[in-house]
Amino acid sequence: MTDGNYHHWGDRLFRGLTATFAFGVAFLFLALVFVLWRESRPAIAQFGLSFLTSPTWNPVTINFGALIPIVGTLISTFLALLFAIPISLGIALFLAELAPHWLRAPFGTAIELLAAIPSIVYGMWGLFVLSPLLADHLQPWLQKCSGGLPLFAGPTMGIGMLTAGLVLTLMIIPFIASVTRDVFLMVPVHLKEAAYGMGCTTWEVVRDIMIPYGKKGIAGAVFLGMGRALGETMAVTFVIGNAYHLSWSLFAPGNSIASTLANEFTEADGTVYLASLIELGLVLFLITFVVLGLAQLWLRQGQQGGGKG
Amino acid sequence: MNVTSRRIMINKIVLTLSGMAALLGLFMLAWILGDVAVKGFSAINWQFFTELPAPPGTIGGGLANAIVGTLLMTLTAALIAVPFGVMAGTYLSEFGRETALGKVARFISDILVSAPSIVIGIFVYLVLVKPMGHFSGWAGACSLAIIMLPVVSRTTEEMLRLVPHEMREAALALGAPYWKMMTGVIYRAASKGIFTGVILAVARVAGETAPLLFTCLNSPYWMHSMNEPMANLTVVLFNYAMSPYDDWHRLAWGAAFLITMAVLIANITTRLLLSGGKRRLS
Repeated sequence: MTDGNYHHWGDRLFRGLTATFAFGVAFLFLALVFVLWRESRPAIAQFGLSFLTSPTWNPVTINFGALIPIVGTLISTFLALLFAIPISLGIALFLAELAPHWLRAPFGTAIELLAAIPSIVYGMWGLFVLSPLLADHLQPWLQKCSGGLPLFAGPTMGIGMLTAGLVLTLMIIPFIASVTRDVFLMVPVHLKEAAYGMGCTTWEVVRDIMIPYGKKGIAGAVFLGMGRALGETMAVTFVIGNAYHLSWSLFAPGNSIASTLANEFTEADGTVYLASLIELGLVLFLITFVVLGLAQLWLRQGQQGGGKG
Repeated sequence: MNVTSRRIMINKIVLTLSGMAALLGLFMLAWILGDVAVKGFSAINWQFFTELPAPPGTIGGGLANAIVGTLLMTLTAALIAVPFGVMAGTYLSEFGRETALGKVARFISDILVSAPSIVIGIFVYLVLVKPMGHFSGWAGACSLAIIMLPVVSRTTEEMLRLVPHEMREAALALGAPYWKMMTGVIYRAASKGIFTGVILAVARVAGETAPLLFTCLNSPYWMHSMNEPMANLTVVLFNYAMSPYDDWHRLAWGAAFLITMAVLIANITTRLLLSGGKRRLS
């Protein structure tokens, strides 16, 4: 379809113009990485690789290490995925197979609307509604049941790693669930019917046909949710507690890369402090780039030749 | 228990769990929206829309400047991102399906859609705020535009691809050059879809906070131009919610109510407009 009359000067201009803007998108990305790298050089020069492994973050002595925010980002994301994956798969299964047909569209829309709520509203709700509930009910109960497990030790304040993980769970469910639903819907009907014809139950069709067939797409959906959770800023900043210490307890306040940036960026004085924050941003961007890149790759492969991979 | 009844029971358990997961999702949506509606609606009154913020402890006060600031910056962002995104989307759909540039731009767009918005805020701070020496509404609008751009370009691409081949062939067969076919026929045919994509992108950035923290900052006053720090609903919401004052918490819930309603109405309207078409996440 692109073999129209390219010799027309207007067409060459049109094509050139649109190509320039498409290039602009790619350029923007390169510029982003380059500028972040250039501006974080003072920190890279001073701390080198120990930036990634040092647990010290001290603006007074100008000694910065990113270990605590990085670990906080990973733990909160891990918690979110732990809760969100089974729930999202359940929702996707319900929307693709179980719900009566008239219910599928409105129910699907309702789940996707969870993704439309701004993240700052999640944060505010997490701080004012969810965290008091956790502090008064769930956390004391967990402490009582677990019998002094270090994971649930410490004062029950309601804010901290667990709360951040729970809020992130809510925020990534719609992404994982709706993409997984689409993956389930792409499974050819004749495969499912063949399995049903052999007497399989719905669960056996899901376990042995739909999940294996859509495994790349589902992995893509999970990584899409992971990318979202890693970079989520406002919701986490409200509820994570913003404290610099490592703890085994999920009740303890912590920090994530994004929340550190949100809290300290405008207050940073001094070249090295600012450069350290920018390097933190660069680290976050590179991590999410890899995760989201894998997500796109798998989602695309899942669409093209589902089941073959 | 024999094998068959065990299989049936496992099936029942899994299906029940699946239904419960779906109900949980619906319940959480209703819970959050219900809290925002109940706590936010009581904060909404005439003063909320017409007055400037008041110091804590003072009766009254509103978020008029923040509402105007958010509208101004979102509109400016759309004016930058829509032409840019539509042109880039046109390349992806018409010329760049198999070219290297097309593949790279498409891949990067898909990643930027989900990239952490706070990093985009840092980027705009470094290239605009730092050289200019001050925070500004322009910088805020630019960071929102960067977030909108990939959404607009990917939606445009998808919507242009939905236009049937026959329409292109008919226009080309009449002797129209390619650009004339695009502007006269294809954009028109895809206009509804592109429009809804733009609305969804606007709705998305209207609730963004992280990129504005370092670009337009905030201000308790009316703005005189886009070239100064500007009040906006989301950053005010953040500051007020984190403050220790009950009055400010009330206003923060009001702001949350306003933003959430706007975003939800935009989402639901575009879905109704596009019903029958492809559903997608905002």
